Amino acid sequence: MSNPLVDMQKPDVIFCIGTNMTECHPVAATGLKKAVARGAKLIVADPRRIGLAEMSHLYLPLRVGSDTALLLGMAHVIAREGLINEDFIENRTTGFDAFFEHISQWTPEWAETITGVPAKDIETAAMWYGSANKGAIYYTLGITEHICGVENVQSLCNLALMTGNVGREGTGINPMRGQNNIQGAGDSGALPNNYPGFQAVTDPAHQAKFKAAYGREVDLEKGITKVTALELCGDSIHAMLIDGENTLLSDPDRAHCEHALRSLAHLVVIDIFLTETAELADVVLPATAWGETDGVCTNTERRVQRMRAAVPPPGEAKPDWWIICQIAQRLGFKGFDFDEPKPIFNELCRVSPIYAGLDWDRIENSEYQWPVPHKEHPGTPRLHEETFVNGRGIFSNVHYRDPAETISEDFPVWLTTGRRLQSYHTRTQTGRAQGIDYLLPEESLEVNPADIERWELADGEWCKMSSARGSINIKVKATNRSPRGTVFASFSFADVPVNLLTGSGYDPITHTAELKVCPVRLEPL
Amino acid sequence: MTHKMEIDGVEVAFTEGETILEVAQRHQKEIPTLCYDPRLEPFGGCRLCIVELEGARNPVASCTTKATPGMVVRTSTDTIEAYRKTLLEMVVSENREVDVSPLRGYASGELATLRDRYEINGSRITGTTSGTNKTDDDNPFILRDYELCISCYRCVRVCAEQEGDHAINVMNRGFHTQITTEFDGLLKDSACTFCGQCIQTCPTGALGDKKALRAADQVGDTVPEKTRTICPYCGVGCSVDILTKNEKIVGIHPAMEGPANQGALCVKGQFAYDFVQHPDRLNTPLVRGNDGELHEATWEDALDKAVEGFRKVNAEHGRHSIYGIASGRAPSEAAYLMQKFIRVGFGTNYIDNCSRA
Repeated sequence: MSNPLVDMQKPDVIFCIGTNMTECHPVAATGLKKAVARGAKLIVADPRRIGLAEMSHLYLPLRVGSDTALLLGMAHVIAREGLINEDFIENRTTGFDAFFEHISQWTPEWAETITGVPAKDIETAAMWYGSANKGAIYYTLGITEHICGVENVQSLCNLALMTGNVGREGTGINPMRGQNNIQGAGDSGALPNNYPGFQAVTDPAHQAKFKAAYGREVDLEKGITKVTALELCGDSIHAMLIDGENTLLSDPDRAHCEHALRSLAHLVVIDIFLTETAELADVVLPATAWGETDGVCTNTERRVQRMRAAVPPPGEAKPDWWIICQIAQRLGFKGFDFDEPKPIFNELCRVSPIYAGLDWDRIENSEYQWPVPHKEHPGTPRLHEETFVNGRGIFSNVHYRDPAETISEDFPVWLTTGRRLQSYHTRTQTGRAQGIDYLLPEESLEVNPADIERWELADGEWCKMSSARGSINIKVKATNRSPRGTVFASFSFADVPVNLLTGSGYDPITHTAELKVCPVRLEPL
Repeated sequence: MTHKMEIDGVEVAFTEGETILEVAQRHQKEIPTLCYDPRLEPFGGCRLCIVELEGARNPVASCTTKATPGMVVRTSTDTIEAYRKTLLEMVVSENREVDVSPLRGYASGELATLRDRYEINGSRITGTTSGTNKTDDDNPFILRDYELCISCYRCVRVCAEQEGDHAINVMNRGFHTQITTEFDGLLKDSACTFCGQCIQTCPTGALGDKKALRAADQVGDTVPEKTRTICPYCGVGCSVDILTKNEKIVGIHPAMEGPANQGALCVKGQFAYDFVQHPDRLNTPLVRGNDGELHEATWEDALDKAVEGFRKVNAEHGRHSIYGIASGRAPSEAAYLMQKFIRVGFGTNYIDNCSRA
C-alpha cells in the first residue's frame, strides 16, 4: 500500500476495484465503513455484487477481465472534463502528453461495449474520483490475477497520477496483500528478479554487493518464476524445496501442477501439516507453526512487526529457519550457522536498504513502516510524498486485451474464483478450527437464478462444471450476488478443487495466473 | 489549540474536542465507567463517570461533556462516590452473577472490578434480575448470557461503529431491555460476521467467548498468560494476544493498541486459532521409503535424505535444476534463508514465493 491503513478513514472518494475487502480483509474494511459513515463516497467495481457493492454509492458491475477498458474510459472522462491536476502532472510525472493523446480514443461509450457498465456510470465514477480532494484506490487480486494484471495496475496508476492522488493523506494506490507475511517474503528477497529489499539482480552494483556478502559468484540474469519452474519440472528443473505452500491446491491447473511435482527427482516440503503438496514429497520436514515461532512479518502497509511464540511445538517440529540452516550446513554452504532468529533478521536488515534502519530490537513495538533507510529515520507511513523512487511517475499507454480464454459455445459461462470470509486459502488452518464449519460447511457455486433456469440446474443440487482443462462436481447456490452469465466459487475446499479448471493464461510480465477468468460449461448431474 | 481547566484543584491543559473523561484519564484520575469504550462514540448510559462541575446544578457525565476553558471539575467527592456506589449496587443487583471467567472476554471483569473497588456485597438492594438468555442460539462462538447484561449497549455500538455491521440492536426499554438481532433470531441469520468484537467489549461477560470457555475448568479464575503477536491470516497484520494455560492456547484477545487493527479482529483471527495444536500436526519428519510410502524418520535420516537428493540432482543436472519456493506465511527469517540457500548454495536466482497464485 502506498498509504497507511489509518488513511482508510480519510478519503473523500474511495474507489475499490477487484477487492472483496469485507470478506478477505475484514478489519481493513472497517476503516472504509467508517469513512463512508463520515460521508465519503464509495465507488465499487466488481463483477459480483459483493458486500462492498451493497454499501457503495455507485456500483460498476463490469464483466470479468474488462478492468483495463473501464479504467481507460474513466481516464478519458477525467481528461475530457478537465479534472486533471496540472501542477502534479507538471512537477511529478512524465509522458502525460502522449497519454492524453492515447486516451482520447477510449470513450466511456467504447468502454461500455467491453465492460457492460453503462457509459453514464463510468462518467460518474470518473467525475467523482477526478473531483475528489482526497481520492484513494484500493485493489486486490481482482486486478492482478489476469493476463493483463500489469496493465490493470498501470491503469490505476494513470488515474492517480493524472489527478495527483498520490503521496498525500487519504489518497494513494493501495493493494491489499493476502497473507500475513507475503509482503515480508518479497521484502526478504524470495524473488527471482530481486535480492532482499527489492534490489534488482540485474544491477551490477547489487551483484557486486551480494557477491561480497554471500562470498560466491552469482548469476547475472534473473531467475525464473515459480510458474515457469513448474512448467520445466522434469525437463530442466529436477529438485525443489517448498516451504509452507500448498502449491497443489492454490495454484491453477491442478493436473498440470501435480504432474509437474510428480516429475521431480527430488521434492522436499517443509510444512505444519501433511498437505496435498507434502504428500507428493520425498522428504517432509515438520515446521513450528504460528504461535510457536519467534520471527518477523511485514503487513500490507509495510509495517514490520514481531511474531512471538506462546506455546511449544508438537513433537519434533522445528522452526523453518532451523530446518533450512540444517540442510544448508550439511551441503557445506557458508553463512547458515544460526541458532536463533534474531541474527537472521538483523542480517536481512544489513543487506536491505529498506530495512537498513531496523533491527530485531527496534521493531518490538511495531512502529516502523519501510523504507527505514537509517537508524535515525522514523519510517515511511506514506510513500511518494516528495518524489517517486524512479524520479517521476510514468504514464502508461495501455491497451485493453481480451482474457486468455473467452466464452464460447463449448464454455459459455464466465467462472471467477476467490475467497470467503470464513475460510482461508486451502483450509489447512481454518478447516481445522472448531466452529468454522458451522458458518461454512462446504463449497458451493454461486449462480444467478436466471442462469440456473437457463442451464437447467437446481438450487442446492449438484452440477458438473467443466473448463478446457477438466471438470468438477459442485453444489449450486442461487444468488443475485452473481450476475447473469458469471458464476463464482472459492478454491478453498479440497473436495471441490476449482483449480482443476483454472489456468487459462498468465500475465506475461509477472506470471500471475488468470485465476479470475475461466470460461466453463454447467450441466446438471 | 490548547486550553486550561481545573481538575481536582490542579490546572491542566486540554485540546479542543476532548471530553472531561479523556482529560481526567490523561491525568491518572481513576473515574469508573461501564458503558465507555475509548474506540466508540461517548454514550453516557451508565452514569458512573459523573463528576461535579462548578456552575452546573447536577453532576455531569464526564464521558459526554466536552472540556471547555476555565471549567472547574471535581472527580471524586464524597457525594459523587456515594452516587456511584448506589448506581453500582443497582447494576449488580440486576445480574445473576458478577464473578465470571476471564475467558469470557477482554473486558469481562470490569463490573467485578468496580464492585470490589466500591466494596459492594449486594445486600442493600435486591430484586428481580433483568435480561433473558438466548439459549437457543447454538452458534459455536458467541455465548448470549443476557442475564448478565447491564444495557450499556457497548456490543450494539461496537457492532455499528467499529465493525459497521449493525447486526444487533436493542429491544424493549427499561427493565425489559434486551439486546437482540432482527426478528429476535439467531446471530447466524443476522448480519453478524462473528468477528467477536461484542464479546471483547462486554464489561460483564454477558457475551462470552464459547470457544475459550471450553478451557474454563483448567483456567479457573486465574488470568491466562498473554503473548503479543500478529494474526496468522491475511496481510492486514492485526495485533493479537494469544491466551495460554499450561502450554495450551485457550483463546485470542485483540490488542487494543495494535497499530493495524486498534482492537478490531475478524472471525478468523478471533476464533480460527486451534489449528495450531490440532492432532493432524506433523510432529516428526517423514521420508519416502522404497515402498513408495512416507514413513516417520529421525531428523538425522530425513536431513541426510533431503541433502542427498539436492546433491545428486546438482551433480547430474547442474545448479539450474534446483528451485526454491518460500512461504508467505512463515516469518521473514524463513524467506530470507530460503533465498540465501538458493543464492549461496547454487549461485542462481531460482527462488520465488507464493505471491503469484
